[in-house]
Parts: sequence; structure tokens; C-alpha cells
Amino acid sequence: MLQFGLRVVSSGSLAPHPFNRLRKSGQKKCDITVKDKRPVNLDIGTIALPITAIASILHRASGAFIFFAVAILFALLGQSLSGPEGFAAAQECLNSFIGKLLVWGTLAGIIYHSVAGVKHLVMDAGIGETMEGGIRGAQLVFVVSAVLIVIAGLWVW
Amino acid sequence: MVKAVTSFGRSGLSDWLVQRVSGVILLVFALVMVCKLGFGGELTYESWKAFFDGICMQVLTTAALLSLVAHGWIGMWSISTDYFTERLMGTKGTVIRLAFQALCAVVLFTYLIWGLRILWS
Repeated sequence: MLQFGLRVVSSGSLAPHPFNRLRKSGQKKCDITVKDKRPVNLDIGTIALPITAIASILHRASGAFIFFAVAILFALLGQSLSGPEGFAAAQECLNSFIGKLLVWGTLAGIIYHSVAGVKHLVMDAGIGETMEGGIRGAQLVFVVSAVLIVIAGLWVW
Repeated sequence: MVKAVTSFGRSGLSDWLVQRVSGVILLVFALVMVCKLGFGGELTYESWKAFFDGICMQVLTTAALLSLVAHGWIGMWSISTDYFTERLMGTKGTVIRLAFQALCAVVLFTYLIWGLRILWS
């Protein structure tokens, strides 16, 4: 399958922002290249973060967090299945404040990531793809995951 | 330019699908664990061990472990190819990205062996 990338080529002055560069120079040319560089027309640092973008970046951040924090759950599971003594040790660990905090923090990351993931599946099904739907979905993700994270906290303690 | 050779299925469409299927498997596993721990009655070592030794849980835990590896790789690959690039980091971008991806591979392989030893030993 051929992959086309849309590249904006300008021969104007080198202003920092590609959009500005385009507007100022007035000289622009779009050409279609095969497997060339990805389009570079967004400067992440200058873009406002609406609620949908915050929900999105938190989905990523929570995923990266879980990637490492899940080691805590592996350790607890391995400990609890190693034998009666290990099971008691895992329970002991879950009774300590630090243990509860670590597990709750990990669960919080997993809860947010899961709820945001379900929103992705819903949107994949074509539901809530409009601008209003996206905002409503992001709000819903925040509310639902906040409630579930509080419940998880009450459960751990 | 970020080459696609390090992606999970060498294809964006394949990665998109694997990400979703593995996500659903992990969600099912998480819900089963919530049911067991939240509504499964009093927990003893014997009941806990027997729960994981059942054939259904062996299938689910192994599927979840493999899903974690695939899901984790695709997610961390997406992050690394978006941020650790030559455009954002200069000439060091490629080196940093490949080092980060190597770290992720080591972490995921450790999880795989660790998880298999927990579940099957």
C-alpha cells in the first residue's frame, strides 16, 4: 500500500512557526511525496489544551505510568501465590499505609486509562464523534473515573 | 524520519486492531479480578491459589499477560515515535528513541517471563 504524506514547502524566511512562515512568505506549494517526512505543521508547545486534549494526554500519561507501576501488582500476585507465608506477607503489605498508597495509585492509573479506553471504543463505533460529543465524552471520562478512583480508595482502605 | 520497522505489526492498521483487542482482554481480566476481590467472599491462600489454577483463569491470565506485552509495546512505541524524534530533540532523537524502545522491550520481556513463572510454576 502506498503511503502519501502531504508536505508544505515554503521558500520564505525562517520564522519559528510553520503557519506564520506560510502566511508571511505568501509563497507556498503543496506537493505529494511518497514516504517522505511526516507533515510538520503543528507546534505542540503553542497549542491550547481543550478538555478533549487534556483527556487525551492523560490517557497517554496514565498508560506510561501503568507500564512501570504494574510491576507492583506483579510483585503482589507473585508473593500471594508463592505459598501460605507469601500470601500472609502480601496481606501484610496491603495493610501498610505505603502498600495501600502504591496499590491505590496504580489502580487510579488503571481506572482512568480503562475508562478513557472504553471511550475510544465507543468513538470507534461512531458514537460521539462530533465536537460536542468529544467534549461530552471527555467530561464523562473525568466524572466516571473520578468516582471509580474514590470507590477504589475506599475499597483499599 | 521515523521508520516503521519497530512497530508491533509493521502496519498502523494492524497495531490499531491489536491495541483494541488486547485492551478489551485486559479490561475483561481487570473486571474479573474486581469481581473476585470485591465480591468473591473471604480470601484464603487455598481459595486464591485454586482460583488461579482453574483452566478458565489460566486461559484468561495468559491471554492478559500476552495482551499486556502487545498493548504496552504499541503504546510506548506511539509515545516514543511522537516525542523522541529528531524534530523535537535534534540529532540525538533517534538514539534516545531507540534506547527508550530497547528499555521498554527489556521491561516487557521481564514482565512476560515473570508473569509466566508466577502463573505456571
